[in-house]
Amino acid sequence: MGRRWLVVGAIALVAGVLVWLMFIALPRRYGATAAKAVSAAPANAPAPPAGRKIKARLFYVAEDGTRLTGVEREIAYGEGTVAQANEIVAAQIAPVAEPLVSAVPPGTTLRALFISDRGDAYVDFSRDMIAAHPGGSTTELLTVYTIVNALTENLPAVHAVQLLVDGKEVDTIAGHVDLRRPLEKNLTWIQ
Amino acid sequence: MEARDPPLKARSLPLFSAVISVIVLLGLGAALSSQPAPPPSLTMLTKDGRRSMTIALVGDQEFVALDDLASTFGLAVQESLGAITVSYKGRTIVLTPDQSLASVSGRLISLPAPLSRNGRRWLVPVEFISRALGPIYDARLELRKPSHLLLIGDVRVPRIMVRYDALSASSARLTVDATPAANSTVTQDNQRLTIKFDVDALDLPNPPLAPQGAQSLVQDVRALDQTSLSVDLGPRFAGFRSATQPVDTTMRLTIDVLSAQPTETTPSTPAAPQPPSPPELPPAFGMPVSPIRTIAIDAGHGGDDEGARGAQGTKEKDLTLAVARRAKGIIEARLGIRVLLTRDDDRNVPLDERTAIANNNKADLFLSLHVNASLRKSATGASIFYAAFDRGSPPAEAPGGVERLPTFGGGLRDIELVPWDLAQTRHVDQSTAFANVLREQLGNRVPLAPRAVDSAALRVLESANMPAVLIELGYLTNGDQEKLLAGDGFQTNFVQALYDAVVRFRDALAAGGTQ
Repeated sequence: MGRRWLVVGAIALVAGVLVWLMFIALPRRYGATAAKAVSAAPANAPAPPAGRKIKARLFYVAEDGTRLTGVEREIAYGEGTVAQANEIVAAQIAPVAEPLVSAVPPGTTLRALFISDRGDAYVDFSRDMIAAHPGGSTTELLTVYTIVNALTENLPAVHAVQLLVDGKEVDTIAGHVDLRRPLEKNLTWIQ
Repeated sequence: MEARDPPLKARSLPLFSAVISVIVLLGLGAALSSQPAPPPSLTMLTKDGRRSMTIALVGDQEFVALDDLASTFGLAVQESLGAITVSYKGRTIVLTPDQSLASVSGRLISLPAPLSRNGRRWLVPVEFISRALGPIYDARLELRKPSHLLLIGDVRVPRIMVRYDALSASSARLTVDATPAANSTVTQDNQRLTIKFDVDALDLPNPPLAPQGAQSLVQDVRALDQTSLSVDLGPRFAGFRSATQPVDTTMRLTIDVLSAQPTETTPSTPAAPQPPSPPELPPAFGMPVSPIRTIAIDAGHGGDDEGARGAQGTKEKDLTLAVARRAKGIIEARLGIRVLLTRDDDRNVPLDERTAIANNNKADLFLSLHVNASLRKSATGASIFYAAFDRGSPPAEAPGGVERLPTFGGGLRDIELVPWDLAQTRHVDQSTAFANVLREQLGNRVPLAPRAVDSAALRVLESANMPAVLIELGYLTNGDQEKLLAGDGFQTNFVQALYDAVVRFRDALAAGGTQ
């Protein structure tokens, strides 16, 4: 009788230790490092080593003017999805020399960028995006899908992209392409 | 007897009113038809408007005052040594009183009568304008003496001749000839047809058509404004079909008018009513209703939104409007389909309003006209877009569901609710079919882009509740294309292809398929 109670007590003790380990001790130990990793993501974290680069596929107007062509380029590394998205857009809208031609109007700057939990990226550009646009459905499509494809192609976490101008949603850039909701990757505009 | 023949005093007021009314009506008629009643005046038409100049009658000859001409055309008139010298930019006309000959830059011309003096003013025969002034003046001067018109510069004022023929008891034909050729559109408003000409003014006989009898299918044809004719239809009018055909320098517009029922005078009217089928009319008259009755044509951009711009200054908003107007003219005139323009002038119409015009008028086809631009000067050719919706958009099938709502007058009715932005989802297949038909028709007539048919998330198409495409006519950023697009030949070819595509699409719909 006494021995049976001893066995039950031992099992209970082992179970208790296991429960403590699984739900209290281990989460404390590893949770702390995970939290550290998350907090390291924002931009105020220590900057990555200077000059660190990654390869990204950027898009420019093809020879025939009706499609985009993908170009592999080295761009600055960004720690985390948002920082990397900023770097990709910055590289994509930067002025380029012939023979490359950018579909993003000259002078356009990136005002802000954020990514929702669903993977929708919202990219806010300066007014030049509209003011300096030459117009035409095709060029407007190329402008929009330069940004949409640059983000969705290089960042698997981004599923769709909505372009904003001056901090606001816009109907279109030049009167054609519907920008009222995020647009998904569309490779038909790439050669 | 007393009632029929009241005393003179009692009759004087109605008589006076009648006289005044007749005078007012005559004046109004004269103003509208640009056919001034006597005493005549010469109506001068320029691009900027019209002015009139007094005509003086001496015997049967019509004269105008030389000083009126001098102030109108900027002439200098000098009288010396018994001769009158008229100068214009260093060129001279020398006239001698009592002689019907004049020297124009050293060459002799004859006038129907010599100069005439009226007090201090010199009068010259009206022919002086075309024979003497015309050769030395900078702008074209065309004198149309019978209608007392003087056309100055490049104004389009065709002579209009109207003929009415009763083809049978139940059909009639109105033939309207415009010389030189001018395009026109025919629209119906209840018991009236309006023929609007794409010109600056009309040169009309007065009246354009002699009044017809009360039983006539066409009762009257009159000037509605400077560029339009109104055709008043009789009570038996049921339908019409119009077609245009160039005949030498004339554009002949033929309007076949049909009555609802054969008249009692038709000798072999059967007891049972049958649809009339006059042999002179195209067979389509008795056919079922066309699947395309209304088309909305959207001239892209407008107002402060100029759209794309070419190096030579051609603006997308102007090109789209010009082509939209041409397309409307031809489709309405030849097919009898109502064509609505989302804008008919240079103004900015919001994208939603453009589609709303098509939706609210239950258009069967929506065509948005644009001109492309590219960052590469080599880009060239027309392209056609139909709407595309991302996978993330709500499903196409019954996006809003069906709701049972009370109707005016009692009862309930199922109302299908379709979100505004997704109205096009149910028509994408037909839009694609139309885009392909249009590509075929454009193919041999205008340059096409390498991929002529594409789909994209285009804002103006998404809310269209009917088959809809956006057409880019070509690239304004390409120098050769800019010249081509602004030209008459391209626009004629494009509009003809659009017309043929509409006919084929309509026939395919009527046959039950769009492939």
